[in-house]
Amino acid sequence: MSGHSTYNPTNPVMKWLDDRLPLPRLMYDSFVSYPVPRNLNYWYTFGGILMIMMVSQIITGIILVMHYTPHVDMAFDSVEHIRRNVNFGNVLQKWHAVGASFFFIAVYIHIARGMYYGSYKAPREILWMLGVAIFLVMMATGFMGYVLPWGQMSFWGAKVITNLFSAVPFFGEAIVTWLWGGFSVDNATLQRFFSLHYLLPFVLVGVVILHVWALHVTGQGNPTGVEVKSGQDTIAFTPFATVKDAFALSVFFIVFTAFVFYAPDYLGHSINYEEANPLVTPEHIVPEWYYLPFYAILRAVPDKLLGVVAMFGSIMIWFILPWLDTSKVRSAAYRPIFKQLFWLLMIDFFILGVVGANPPEGWWITVGQIATVYYFAHFLILLPLVGLLETPRPLPSSISDAVLAKNASKQPAAQPAE
Amino acid sequence: MSTAEAPDEDRRDFLYIATGAVGAVGAAALAVPLIDQMNPSASVLALASIEVDLSPIEEGQSITVKWRGNPVIIRHRTAKEIEEAKAVNVADLPDQDARNANVADGSAATDENRVVDGKTQYLVQMGVCTHLGCVPIGNEGEYDGWFCPCHGSHYDTSGRIRKGPAPENLPVPEYQYLSDTKIKIG
Repeated sequence: MSGHSTYNPTNPVMKWLDDRLPLPRLMYDSFVSYPVPRNLNYWYTFGGILMIMMVSQIITGIILVMHYTPHVDMAFDSVEHIRRNVNFGNVLQKWHAVGASFFFIAVYIHIARGMYYGSYKAPREILWMLGVAIFLVMMATGFMGYVLPWGQMSFWGAKVITNLFSAVPFFGEAIVTWLWGGFSVDNATLQRFFSLHYLLPFVLVGVVILHVWALHVTGQGNPTGVEVKSGQDTIAFTPFATVKDAFALSVFFIVFTAFVFYAPDYLGHSINYEEANPLVTPEHIVPEWYYLPFYAILRAVPDKLLGVVAMFGSIMIWFILPWLDTSKVRSAAYRPIFKQLFWLLMIDFFILGVVGANPPEGWWITVGQIATVYYFAHFLILLPLVGLLETPRPLPSSISDAVLAKNASKQPAAQPAE
Repeated sequence: MSTAEAPDEDRRDFLYIATGAVGAVGAAALAVPLIDQMNPSASVLALASIEVDLSPIEEGQSITVKWRGNPVIIRHRTAKEIEEAKAVNVADLPDQDARNANVADGSAATDENRVVDGKTQYLVQMGVCTHLGCVPIGNEGEYDGWFCPCHGSHYDTSGRIRKGPAPENLPVPEYQYLSDTKIKIG
């Protein structure tokens, strides 16, 4: 929170409150007068979108719990009951299920934005690391939520993922039995997942508050990667950023609700409409689409323990990203080689996703292994090296300069068209 | 002043450490019930054994029974399958441990050590892939045994891992023959 507060209540009640608990002042300073860089583009609206998605998931989730029964004999039927009998349950259940997918779409864009513009660099390392923690909590929450409908994919997904812990040396079996509360995924497992699926979103809210706090301490990054130098470089959060975020949110929700209403099951698996059967594994087990790249990394390594290590490592590596990137320039806009590496990483990540969706046979294994090696090479070899070898393009002296230069070059070109 | 303070500080350090130690022990004692409640409950542990009649299983057939929430595969193997299982050199196996609860720990993974002597046609094993817990499909894979569809592990006709990411042979649960054709698992 740069600069001192401009909050100046005129209403006597608000004045009285401000002297005792300055919560409105905090809100005003954080979300109204808060200065943001004037050159933020639409990639920077996903933080706000994620906030709304989190609230949307919590509200629909709390409602679903009013109608859901966490028991192996009734869970599957109770979800069908919600979809068929509960008033508006049809929409609410789909909103929650599709909402999980769109929560992840937004978070992937948000993370990629951070990687492209070097948002993780000093002084925003803690901000970035809190973001990685948020992503991990989201993954755990999404995984446990997917188990609750107790379909075939719920059950076998849960079994495979919890079995990852059996790779732990010496204590593996004991840990898995402890996680399951039995000798297999069963009622005890379902009930504890339900409990934790309700808890974790609130943990998420807590970490998100820290994330926003850290953001407001350092101030927002921006597409040039040049820090804010004067008041000329910023605009007030409200109305400028608020309106931009609201517009982006509206567009995002058009796509989101189109899926909710017209293709609610498109992003899921049809086999999950078959009730869980502990004796029959479906022909082809795949996690939800948002875990596929990491699943591909797990399967690329032909050793159980090392596969699990590689999978967790592929996310944990993000924690040290601020120190792996040796370049002093933040934004890829001024880093010609890094920019290409960034897009190669995106393609690599997409390929990993496709590999994760396909059976581990034939040349899919080879493709998965190559993509996995490239993924780690990007972070551990290419990123440190390119920072030292690359010659970045000259940075603008300030955000205002960059904006004005861009507009000046646009102006004459735009004229004839009008 | 300072001469009087020196012994006091020692005493305080001791008190701090002692208080901290008691607190740590208390916290650890408190953690035990909070963590242990997640382990299998008495009712789960009680479902420990089942009896299975083997007589209806024809040669070349398998059945799957549920024991402790997991599938147990019982296969009546053909002579050819037994032949194949016996022909394997144990030194060539990825996992050379029999993984049989009924023989001594660390026994070699020979076919003899995976079944009961005199009943070599019946293979009783957990239908839980040792990789990540899927149920392997019978009569599939490159070794005529089982194939796990999840991550591509191949098991042979003795349930031993031959190829793929699974680290161990399919475990043989504790079981015994109650009569000529009846077994008790668990």
